[in-house]
Amino acid sequence: MNTADQYLKAIYLVQDREDGPASTGAVAEMLDVSPASANEMIGKLEDQGLAEHEKYEGVSLTDDGIRRARDALQNYCIIERFLLEVLEVEEFRAEARQLESVIDETVAERLDTIIDREPQCPDCFDAGEDVCALLEVPAAADD
Amino acid sequence: MSLTVPVGSDHQLARLLQTGIVLEEVVEARAARHAREIPGLEEDVREMLAAAAEESAEHRRRLEELVDELDAETIPFEEIETLVEAQYEADEDFDGVLYDQLCNEETAYKFYDDLIDAVESSDVRFGVDRERLLDALASIREEEAEGVEEVTRLMETGR
Repeated sequence: MNTADQYLKAIYLVQDREDGPASTGAVAEMLDVSPASANEMIGKLEDQGLAEHEKYEGVSLTDDGIRRARDALQNYCIIERFLLEVLEVEEFRAEARQLESVIDETVAERLDTIIDREPQCPDCFDAGEDVCALLEVPAAADD
Repeated sequence: MSLTVPVGSDHQLARLLQTGIVLEEVVEARAARHAREIPGLEEDVREMLAAAAEESAEHRRRLEELVDELDAETIPFEEIETLVEAQYEADEDFDGVLYDQLCNEETAYKFYDDLIDAVESSDVRFGVDRERLLDALASIREEEAEGVEEVTRLMETGR
């Protein structure tokens, strides 16, 4: 997943949480980057027609941006489930965040053939917990 | 959630190599099953699938050697085979089999390509020799590219 997709996913999740436009600060905080870096990337997403930025309000995804963000979120869910269900990684959230930039959607689709994922994915993603709300997380893996 | 430098440690490298091993195991299990069970396949297609399964097993062994050096564990093939079997849809026809194999080869190629980029852009000193790691990954990537070409050729010869 490239950097743009990681931003789209973050904006999507912040918008979902705020039920409105996402502030640059909240997006930067979610991605642990500086507001200046977030501003720069949001500008690029605007240029590509994936996001719209209103001064003092924040950034909103366009329909194309939403589609890409949902695909990115789905890939992330696949990586999390793969780490937990197949590799039995306890700290699957932290490791999914590390791996998502290297595992792209074609690879995630193959991994998807050996995991259990719900049809409503990614709507069941719980941004606060950073995990699918329907994923059964063993107590020991609840990092 | 954060934007991190790819492959920043032995641990991350081992995890990615483990992922590669699982991908190869998925390919091996699916290709072997297709070769064995889909009725009416031409002999050259069946041979290609059997060879692809063998090649994946060989790639897996090469990746396992690297993972061993990083002191990490791998997932036994039998476990992945069971997972593949559990989700396998047996109603694939001739075109479906070739398309599935094309996806296998293309996905593996993309995975190794991205992994090589990530390793090259990292300045971490890994527990395995960097040159040997990159040589092994590049050689496997090359074989995946040849696999894509072979499946494409079979798809284009009027089937």
